[in-house]
Amino acid sequence: MSEDRKFRWVGTRPIRHDGIDKVTGRAQFGADLSLPGMIWGKLLRSPHAHARIVSIDTSAAEAIDGVLAVVTATDLPDDDPKVADLARNILAREKVLYHGHAIAAVAATSAALAERALDAITVEYEVLKPVLSLEAALASGAPILDEARRPKDMEDTGPTNIAARCEFSRGEPESAFAQADVVLERSYETQMVHQGYIEPHACVVQTKEDGLIEIWCCTQGGFAVRSLTASVLGIDTSRVKVTPSEIGGGFGGKTTVYLEPVAALLSRKSGRPVKMVMTREEVFRASGPAGGAKIDLKVGATRDGRIVAGTARMWMEAGGFPGSPVQAGAMCIFSPYDFDHLFIEGFDVVLNKPKVAAYRAPGAPQVTFAIESLMDELANELEIDPIDLRLANAAKEGTQLPYGPRFKAVGMIETLEAARAHPHYAAPLGKNQGRGMAVGFWFNNGMNSSADVHLTEDGTAVVVTGNPDIGGSRASMAIMCAEELGIDVEKVRPVVADTETAGYTDVTGGSRVTFATGWAVIEASRKIASELCIRAAKIWDCDVEQVGFSEGHCLPVEGSGLDHAPLSVADIAKQMARTGGPINGQAQLNARGAGPAFATHLCDVEVDPETGKVDVVRYTAIQDVGRAIHPSYVEGQIQGGAAQGIGWALNEEYVFDEAGRLENPGFLDYRMPVASDLPMIDAVIVEVPNPTHPYGVRGVGETPIVPPLAAVANAVMAATGVRMQSLPISPPRLLERLLGAGDV
Amino acid sequence: MSTVAIPSSLRVHCEHHEFIEVEGGSVHAVLAAVDARFPGFRAALGDSFAVAIDGEVFQDALYEPVAPESEVHFLPALAGGI
Repeated sequence: MSEDRKFRWVGTRPIRHDGIDKVTGRAQFGADLSLPGMIWGKLLRSPHAHARIVSIDTSAAEAIDGVLAVVTATDLPDDDPKVADLARNILAREKVLYHGHAIAAVAATSAALAERALDAITVEYEVLKPVLSLEAALASGAPILDEARRPKDMEDTGPTNIAARCEFSRGEPESAFAQADVVLERSYETQMVHQGYIEPHACVVQTKEDGLIEIWCCTQGGFAVRSLTASVLGIDTSRVKVTPSEIGGGFGGKTTVYLEPVAALLSRKSGRPVKMVMTREEVFRASGPAGGAKIDLKVGATRDGRIVAGTARMWMEAGGFPGSPVQAGAMCIFSPYDFDHLFIEGFDVVLNKPKVAAYRAPGAPQVTFAIESLMDELANELEIDPIDLRLANAAKEGTQLPYGPRFKAVGMIETLEAARAHPHYAAPLGKNQGRGMAVGFWFNNGMNSSADVHLTEDGTAVVVTGNPDIGGSRASMAIMCAEELGIDVEKVRPVVADTETAGYTDVTGGSRVTFATGWAVIEASRKIASELCIRAAKIWDCDVEQVGFSEGHCLPVEGSGLDHAPLSVADIAKQMARTGGPINGQAQLNARGAGPAFATHLCDVEVDPETGKVDVVRYTAIQDVGRAIHPSYVEGQIQGGAAQGIGWALNEEYVFDEAGRLENPGFLDYRMPVASDLPMIDAVIVEVPNPTHPYGVRGVGETPIVPPLAAVANAVMAATGVRMQSLPISPPRLLERLLGAGDV
Repeated sequence: MSTVAIPSSLRVHCEHHEFIEVEGGSVHAVLAAVDARFPGFRAALGDSFAVAIDGEVFQDALYEPVAPESEVHFLPALAGGI
């Protein structure tokens, strides 16, 4: 952090600027927009998990009165290898690779008619054996999803379902294990899960007569939708304009496109605006969940609790096309700990499940379940308090990460110490209850952001950015602008703009918006403050060096010899025209130095020994956030991430039948935790400022989902004596272990 | 001379060196210097990577200055979820 200052607005909790529209139902989400002449698009989806497409006959559907367009993959160009997989995921070309894979689309004058027209499309399939697990995908003789694909960064040994390999190493782990008093070697598994955002994917797309495409959609990134849609359609980026709607959750799942290019094709063919809205079933079957994983882990430590070496091999499900976050997982698994000898190897594996997308700290929850479960076992083995064991090995400033660089200031130790000092850690437990803890790490990200700040005649500041507001970022942007200009936060109007209004801005993802876009807002606001001083100098007929800016006022600097009453922002705004014209500030950056974040979570569970049902009865999530701009939304992110992680630990999983059909594509059968399932999650903010950011901000939104999987499993172990190395810890699975009926 | 840490997966292209010293000035110049010494390194790294200069991570920062005493690490590009 470049400055040590007292804040007026940073750290306060003003009501969010978009709050009234949200609570009154006025806010416009993805499915809310309708345009004159609009028609409806629907997708035909594969009933098979793995099949070759022999033929598609759409003629009968096209002949139906009221059907205005039908498209298949042949309507898309196929000459850009960079988007070949994305295009094939949007509309299957040679093969279908999962149950629900889109094959063709119809646009008709009503949604019901479009749905009926799908039945008139005839698809001839050559059904193939599906590959439904990592074990099956890697088995000798396994059906291969793509015979032509060869793995990246691996020796070419012929067709395989491994799409890529990554490796990180340091020192001599195998010889270092010889110095260890205790060596634990374990395997862990997690299943495919979905982000479970409330709002399904939705868009309205209008392809105009001149070929320009206008898209209104719920997305985490208007600019990402613009570039991906243009690439898939083979047109220039500038031919697409995207207006992001309000968004009912994304968690990484809305950083890509599914519907928009299809709706653009349908609109181009029909000459009408086309609306497409996924059903909940489609969201589960054909949007991007997080893949399951298998992790083989070996850690050695001395009797006094010092880790001497660690090795990890991990395989992550990518779905039908390459792209699991195994590399991020490999980079995360040992990052909380400081030791010299390590080897990490990761494999990206394709199989006949939906192509995965980002989900909050992609790859980190799975691998952290492994390392933090093993650390808990190690603490038990060494009879060391689990927090003390982690403190003895904790990463800190100067620790070299497994992937090379050294940490700057980070807050792992501070979150552990806050956990130990928290009343939760020493609270008594009841019958059938147990307590677990785990830490988590996430890199956070910077990337590109722009901000425009416009001063209005009454001294209000309008802040224009291009990041859809998912977690309260409008309020954060307003607070940072108000802080720099010294005006009331209510005098700032934060606006989320379309791709032709805002400057280029990367997605609302990577926990980067308050950090990076906020930084751009700070810089843009500072330019306004500088311009205000220029205007005050004109009014006072003095040199600008004689004017200072403090707490929302221009005032003579000490020793300037001037004797003027301070001019407020509003005073100068009133005189903008006569002092030189409008006052605007603009800034853009490729933000460097995103500060990594650590969290420590404490979890108490109560286990029903007769049913295996686990209730989380107390949960405390402690996180280093650098600087909490709006603590309520920081706490909200922490609570939300913890809740999703608890669901991942306890109940959530995609369930497929033998043919690869998803059997639980709805919230009745895909069991996410609801409010009545959870205790109040106590979010504790720790602030170790990020030295790079002007206010010390670190990203917040992803780290909270990293520790819960292991924290819950460790609590279940403490309550029952059963170590669950495979998730979810659902009642039948746990009961089976409690009854000693077999390995889980 | 700047110190460049070679990612373990790319050491095969650099005679298995963990670190090498090159003249730099910018990320771009460092990459060119490594590739001149070990042809094929740049192609193996690909287009999608991040770079850490003295522990500070940058995305897409090809022209970021690199001081002679700096340590440079090339990393996989990171993607996020929320």
